[in-house]
Amino acid sequence: MPISMQLPDYLVDRDPNRCITCKVCVNQCANDVHHWDKDVDSVIAEEEKCVNCHRCVIYCPTHALKIRRNPTEYKENHYWNSSTIRGIDRQAEGGGVLLTGMGTDKPIPIYWDRLFLNASQVTNPSIDPLREPMEIRTYLGSKPDNVIIKDGKLIKELPPQLVLDAPIMFGALSFGAISLSAVKSLAKAATDCGVMWNTGEGGLHRDVYEYGKNCIVQVASGRFGVDAEYLNAGSAIEIKIGQGAKPGIGGHLPGEKVGEEVSKTRMIPVGSDAISPAPHHDIYSIEDLRQLIYALKEATRYTKPVSVKVSAVHNVAAIASGIVRAGADIVAIDGVRGGTGAAPLRTRDSVGIPAELALAAVDSRLRQEGIRNQASLVIAGGIRNSSDIVKAIALGADACYIGTAALITMGCRMCQTCYTGKCNWGICTQDPKLVKRLNPEIGAQRLTNLIHAWSHEIKELLGGMGINALESLRGNRLMLRGVGLSETEYRILGILPAGE
Amino acid sequence: MLREGEIRIPSGCAISGIVNKQGVRFSGRDVIKSIALMHDRSNGLGGGFAAYGIYPEYAEHYAFHMYYDDITIKDYTEEFLSSRFNIAESHEIPTKKVASIKNSPIVWRYFVKPKSEFIDEDCGCDEFVMKIVMMINAKFDGAFVASSGKNMGAFKGVGYPEEIGEFFRLDEYKGYIWTSHGRFPTNTPGWWGGAHPFTLLDWSIVHNGEISSYGANKRYLEMFGYQLSLQTDTEAITYAFDLLVRKHGLDIETACSVLAPPFWRNMERMEPAKKEMYTALRAVYGNLLLNGPFSIILGTSKGIVALNDRIKLRPLVAATKGDNLYVSSEESAIREICPSPDNVWTPKGGEPVIGMLEKEETRDAYQYATA
Amino acid sequence: MKRVYAREEVCAGCKLCEVYCATAHSEYPSSILKAFQRQETRPVARILVEVDQPLTFALQCRHCEEADCTQGCITGAMTKDPETGIVTNDESRCVGCWTCVLVCPYGAIKRDESGHKVASKCDLCSNNDTNPICVQKCPNNALIFAEISKGGD
Ligand code: SF4
Ligand code: SF4
Ligand code: SF4
Ligand code: SF4
Repeated sequence: MPISMQLPDYLVDRDPNRCITCKVCVNQCANDVHHWDKDVDSVIAEEEKCVNCHRCVIYCPTHALKIRRNPTEYKENHYWNSSTIRGIDRQAEGGGVLLTGMGTDKPIPIYWDRLFLNASQVTNPSIDPLREPMEIRTYLGSKPDNVIIKDGKLIKELPPQLVLDAPIMFGALSFGAISLSAVKSLAKAATDCGVMWNTGEGGLHRDVYEYGKNCIVQVASGRFGVDAEYLNAGSAIEIKIGQGAKPGIGGHLPGEKVGEEVSKTRMIPVGSDAISPAPHHDIYSIEDLRQLIYALKEATRYTKPVSVKVSAVHNVAAIASGIVRAGADIVAIDGVRGGTGAAPLRTRDSVGIPAELALAAVDSRLRQEGIRNQASLVIAGGIRNSSDIVKAIALGADACYIGTAALITMGCRMCQTCYTGKCNWGICTQDPKLVKRLNPEIGAQRLTNLIHAWSHEIKELLGGMGINALESLRGNRLMLRGVGLSETEYRILGILPAGE
Repeated sequence: MLREGEIRIPSGCAISGIVNKQGVRFSGRDVIKSIALMHDRSNGLGGGFAAYGIYPEYAEHYAFHMYYDDITIKDYTEEFLSSRFNIAESHEIPTKKVASIKNSPIVWRYFVKPKSEFIDEDCGCDEFVMKIVMMINAKFDGAFVASSGKNMGAFKGVGYPEEIGEFFRLDEYKGYIWTSHGRFPTNTPGWWGGAHPFTLLDWSIVHNGEISSYGANKRYLEMFGYQLSLQTDTEAITYAFDLLVRKHGLDIETACSVLAPPFWRNMERMEPAKKEMYTALRAVYGNLLLNGPFSIILGTSKGIVALNDRIKLRPLVAATKGDNLYVSSEESAIREICPSPDNVWTPKGGEPVIGMLEKEETRDAYQYATA
Repeated sequence: MKRVYAREEVCAGCKLCEVYCATAHSEYPSSILKAFQRQETRPVARILVEVDQPLTFALQCRHCEEADCTQGCITGAMTKDPETGIVTNDESRCVGCWTCVLVCPYGAIKRDESGHKVASKCDLCSNNDTNPICVQKCPNNALIFAEISKGGD
């Protein structure tokens, strides 16, 4: 066999003074990096298999392990850098499309970090969230232009709404891509926190039907697991047109991941590949989308809001406007940093636009057209923390989806090898021995802690701005100033530079 | 330096208002005295009044109070006005020399009715007047419509409120509603249009506070065709009332519950029909919620409404005496003109104080006294 | 009595329970490094993780009501405390005949031949109150210490 040109990405650094040869690392690494060598009575590593997932590092009881980047340098070259060369090597030896997992790791400008929030000083007081009520409840769904009231009574009911206790939802993560333990963790946490989780295109497993009230059920191009019961099991339906990590591309769940449970839930045979086509083959135009939206509303007797999720592409503002006019109650926009279980590397890293710009453009456009209240706007694709959320809301979002942040909360270390099915943290895998590693009670508790912590932080930030209701921040771009952006970026974001 | 309208200027303030619920008209002397007592709450950079019932002889005409920077723009604007309106009367608003009042614009008054060719089903008289007012204020450099309602007017400018009152000789007018405002801007607004009250048709607002939700309110109102050319909270509040009451047909009290809605947790405790109504109002109009500290007095030809923010971050006191309702930033400013009220209270945050006329007709205090 | 129960559905099979059990019952109960590096012989865990992937669970003495080990013990070293119900082996009396090892239906007794031969088994960390070390240290809450009236797994 010709020699491989690929160097190990990481080195496993085991401190011999601390290693007690307990073999915990051996039994925990699903990539079979660690081996106990009987002859020398010590644990050794096959480093080329290591993906730097930290499972062994965190489980080693004596902290004997460190994972380091392979320090071997390629000849310095700004253009032909090591990751470029390694990509070519992988293809030279394997011959396939480069696959990857999670969102892009390229240095795309992070607009969130260029935006700064306001705070009250002297001319109006900031509000202490520990002393005063601070309201972050959010209603998602179509709002009429006006409310008609007669004799103190509402004349016309509101269209169906989703009520969120915080403007945060767990983004679409399908059962199949993620484990049932992960699904259960998300479902339970969403229910405990009064927010929403999203089935992704993986159907709704029997065990989580009980969390339907806090669930958005997704209908994607593969229509996996979709039937009338499924549509009615959630509180909202989302038509997935695209996702930020791979705009224009469908999904492919390899047959190995389609075990008994996934097969039942997705309603496909065990072991068959689950392929979602790139487009919905019944949606080739906006009027087709309208038909599907109304078919779903009909199927659920107009009791559930229908969301349409698209990836942020160049023409996203016009597309969003079309989606609203087609009758969607919620528009979800997934920016270029959105995560995924598996995507072609080149698509992930270079197709789509950043969520911040897409959000600003869509919100402005919908307002210009006077249809902003006909649909709620949900933004996704790289929301990292509570201040990102606050900034997103000031730019015009009604709520945010978090996907990657939720995965990290459950233990994901962003090793980006979700597509291998060997997730050592039991999140992105169907291997029963790995799935067990994520205890849904612990997962749910961690997610609940995160949502609560972020809610507190959102309240702090609001209070600082002298605001005690989230509605007053929504689209309030005066609360934002930018640093180091171009004229064009200021115009698109609709904000002023700091100092002005 | 940028003038108000080009930038946003935070201010602190004093407000005071009086209504006689029987529609009895009385002179502007009381309200000047009341606002003057709160001299220290303003800094001489803005004061103003709104008065209702002052033009009974032109009650069916829109009374335009115009401020002009110079004769050229006056001529230009007048030409425009006469192309759109039949002007029944036009004259300079009488003023008096006051030492401290400088740089006053040319102040002119017109009583007008829209020409019939501009009015149709889609655009009634009010709608038409509103459009013209917004257009002048946004596009006519150097011209400003201070008020445009029927049988009412705004008198405002740069100075302490009592000086502005003297300048406009308000003791010579008689109205059944008077509201007033003294301003403490953190920056000089530099021009008279920026002072309070802000008006639109017969709505007028005086307001103490700084609205942190301004950006959200503004962008929401813009969706309904309002142009917020002044970048002031007062303008936003006025348009919010206009949208909710005039365009969407809510009553004043319900409109107040949009601007200062009940907390979600309090809604939980309401009976279902009420809860449903408040939930819908808040879900739909959430962007109109006024956040941050404020106390406002809304004037309309039918009465006044005083409202505080939900957690009462600005002062507001109310009192009654006979048919009179008084509202003010400070109790002392009420007692100054009404030493022994029947009732004095501090309204809760978000709870409107409403003083509506009990009859349509109005009469003069003098006639009332002799009747 | 309270017993340690395994929840195999969330046991990661990591065997950290074994490491901590062994340490807690070593000469250096507070230091893993010292327990494994200073003690002359490798410390023995009294809990055993059974692995037949994907099945994994940790097993230790059930502290049976009618304990075969106490009945089979030839020296009376193995006794059940009438109050706490904990079955312990008095190592000074144990002669290492391994009768108990043979009779225990769970295979919960290990032979410790590091010094004077003794039967080594779970003593619930000598209490029936606070969580034994394995329960405390299990990273995935796969062990619980609880009173479950009948059976339980
Ligand atoms: S887990 Fe740590 S102590 Fe145990 S064998 Fe691995 S490196 Fe050594
Ligand atoms: S793949 Fe993960 S568990 Fe395996 S050696 Fe690398 S970091 Fe450790
Ligand atoms: S420590 Fe917990 S998860 Fe690990 S093997 Fe023991 S019981 Fe299982
Ligand atoms: S050692 Fe075996 S027989 Fe003895 S009490 Fe424990 S489980 Fe029962």
